Amino acid sequence: MGVWTSYRLRLKRQQCHLRALRKRRQLAAVTDRTEAIRADDILAFSTIRNEHIRLPYFLDYYRTLGVNHFLIVDNGSDDGGREYLAEQPDVSLWTTTASYKSANFGVHWIGWLQRKYADGHWALTVDPDELLVYPFHDTRPLRALTDWLDTCQIRSFGTLLLDMYPKGVLDAQPYAAGQDPFEIANWFDSGNYSITKNPKYGNLWIQGGPRARVFFHDKPIKAPALNKIPLVKWSKRYAYVSSTHALLPRGLNLVYDQWGGEKASGCLLHAKFLDTFSAKSAEELERGQHYANSYEYRAYHRGTKEDTDLWCDWSEKYLNWRQLEALGLMSKGNWA
Amino acid sequence: MSLGIVMLVHDALDRARQLVRHWATNGCPVVIHVDDNVTPDDFAGFVASLSDLDNVRFCDRQRCEWGTWSLVAASQTASEQMLKAFPYVRHVMLASGSCLPLRPIPEMLAYLNRHAQTDFIESATTEDVPWTIGGLDIERFTLRFPFSWKRHRRLFDRYVKLQRWMGTKRKIPEGLVPHLGSQWWCLSRNTLSAILNDANRSTYDAYFRRVWIPDESYYQTLARRHSSQIESRSLTLSKFDFQGKPHVFYDDHLQLLRRSDCFVARKAWPYADKLYDSFLSNQGGATAASATLIDPSPGKIDRIFTKAIKRRTKGRPGLYMSSRFPREGHEKDVTAARYTVLEGFADIFEDFDEWLADTVSARVHGHLFAPGGAQFAGGGDVFFGALSDAAMLRDYNAKAFLTNLVWNTRGERQCFHFGPRDNQEVSWVMAKDPNARVYVVSGAWAVKLFHSNRAPADLRRQAARLQQIENAHLNALRSSYARARTHIWSLADFVLNPADLLQTVVDDTGPRTGVPLTNLPKMRPLDGFPEFLQNLRNQGMHPYLMGDFPSDLDLVATAQTRQHPNMVR
Repeated sequence: MGVWTSYRLRLKRQQCHLRALRKRRQLAAVTDRTEAIRADDILAFSTIRNEHIRLPYFLDYYRTLGVNHFLIVDNGSDDGGREYLAEQPDVSLWTTTASYKSANFGVHWIGWLQRKYADGHWALTVDPDELLVYPFHDTRPLRALTDWLDTCQIRSFGTLLLDMYPKGVLDAQPYAAGQDPFEIANWFDSGNYSITKNPKYGNLWIQGGPRARVFFHDKPIKAPALNKIPLVKWSKRYAYVSSTHALLPRGLNLVYDQWGGEKASGCLLHAKFLDTFSAKSAEELERGQHYANSYEYRAYHRGTKEDTDLWCDWSEKYLNWRQLEALGLMSKGNWA
Repeated sequence: MSLGIVMLVHDALDRARQLVRHWATNGCPVVIHVDDNVTPDDFAGFVASLSDLDNVRFCDRQRCEWGTWSLVAASQTASEQMLKAFPYVRHVMLASGSCLPLRPIPEMLAYLNRHAQTDFIESATTEDVPWTIGGLDIERFTLRFPFSWKRHRRLFDRYVKLQRWMGTKRKIPEGLVPHLGSQWWCLSRNTLSAILNDANRSTYDAYFRRVWIPDESYYQTLARRHSSQIESRSLTLSKFDFQGKPHVFYDDHLQLLRRSDCFVARKAWPYADKLYDSFLSNQGGATAASATLIDPSPGKIDRIFTKAIKRRTKGRPGLYMSSRFPREGHEKDVTAARYTVLEGFADIFEDFDEWLADTVSARVHGHLFAPGGAQFAGGGDVFFGALSDAAMLRDYNAKAFLTNLVWNTRGERQCFHFGPRDNQEVSWVMAKDPNARVYVVSGAWAVKLFHSNRAPADLRRQAARLQQIENAHLNALRSSYARARTHIWSLADFVLNPADLLQTVVDDTGPRTGVPLTNLPKMRPLDGFPEFLQNLRNQGMHPYLMGDFPSDLDLVATAQTRQHPNMVR
């Protein structure tokens, strides 16, 4: 890396920090329980909007894994989700009605909270429809993973965002609050991912899965990115650049091995495609607050209108992490 | 007769307390060295919580750092105290605050009784050990290491380099032969006191003070000097990963550890409640006499950790994923399994795919990289792994399409057609892939043009383009970078003897039966083909990839070949 690139990326990182600093004024604390955070707590960060129905399972799932405190930004929910979160003893909640898009899709808001509260902690940054699966997650809590990463002096943990979908049309099986979404959406694409390296930040750019196959087969370049680095031993010098796809400094993006070996990695199971999806995409389309002018949502909406079925004959039914490991979607690396 | 435990503790004091209590209540005196980094309050609490045990002692504390002399010094202090305070101790074992005893302690005592004079210490000469971090083996003993490897890595590396350049060589004290091994030992009283009371101890200590990672060599070397009976293995099961970090045991290792019959395991994750609870629950009960005879057999655990290291360093060939994305040239194999690429065969023969699918036990696809979309076997629009046939999606990353296809179908041989009409993105990918078996009949694309019945004037441009593309592809296959196994025949050579050449293809791809081919696919008629080529020449094109077709090509010969295949092989 030349001096010039290094300098430009430093500027970029500072810009992220400055913007986060500026956007902090948009956040109003609803409940601030951050005093309860202890030095070695694992923190989760999330932005939500009208996702009440997902919240009980989301919180439950991560509590069981061992997340100690949730720091959540509510972007103008009006479905009771905010009130629900405010009552949770391990949630600190901020709210804003400002534009999600102009806050770099929530990155600046979260960036500010991370800068303020996450320094020195393991920070997990996930959307409410993303559930982390890592090697041995059924027998070892998240702290086992972070302890091991600490021992190996690894600062960030990479994942593949794995789109899960039901068999049949999306709204055939209604989702109930508190339910495991993967009782319904328990299928996935196992081997159609395309990977390139992003030369600017050094992260991988992964596309594919059912969305590329069904919605973007004639415009693959627009297909959503599936590479995510949600778990980071945070320092206030760090910044997410675009969603959780890339970080600065660039070394944090090297969650993959370049010499033939495999580093340990996980999957973020994406519970987006439930019966709630149709309404959500209609709403988001109207708001136009999503990435690339909501191209994704427009494509989905075209799809769902015709009762799109993401399932195909070669879809794989989800069993457990060992299956994902065997299929090559995640890896134990040298964690045994 | 008893076993004494010298325990080095630096964190997870709660677990250490539990372990000390376990050893002590089972009749093993414990001398504890607590790292000076532990705060006075924590230390006082730790001492107080163990004050009810009369066979537990605390020795003088010092600050310990990985890879330095301080660890040896701490164990020396503690060992001296052990030998002095507990004269009935016959064996002394060095353990850490996360070394978990796996077998009942009476069993362990009985085992040591049977080996009263044996020293259990892994000890091998530097030439024989593979575990050398930073490429240092004998240099551990001949260079100086004043800088911390952990904190001042750069200085450490530079100073090593400088010494190598200057040819520095420390003198190894007389009488010592450097040996290395696991830092966790169990020595007999005689050997340990001989080491600690050695007349030259001050010389040795001064020397080892500047050796790198002396805790893996001090006792290992000196035991060779004093011991009468060394059993070169550690009673402590301790596995290291490729960076020299100890592997950690979790709850899900419980059964594995139980069955290993090892005495002590390092290191257990402090929060692995199930492990601690089950191994530290009172194991006192009656021990079957036969149980004491069992030797540790850590083979299965070894295999698991060896596999983990292999996965981390070598990975699964042909897999591209979020944590494995090798740089070009470092993939080892580009794809996961062997596959067959056929070029030109579908142009020469009618219904070639049906014939091939009947003949070989492999999945026979059409042109996977055809402009209209991938022609999967069976004609579906999706294939294994939910791979889509959409042309845009495939061409967006053609290499990924190929590597995905082979990865998704590993265990089953894949076979597909390729030609100059297809997307050439993968041309070099296949050429560099040792898994590719490429069979080319060059110039066969012209047969299709020949049968299109269009005027040579119209075909000229198209023929020239296809020839150019195929030539570039053949150059890739023949280049010095190519690692695919390639067979290239010109069309002229092929049609003279198709049976033998098809037999080669079938044999390599995997025939369904062991018998030589009896029926061949039907060849498209080539009467008039030489004239067709001549016509192209007349139009100003130069068709050369087909080879030299004599103008009076005897096509009857090929017809005969078809009926009476030449079976001499």
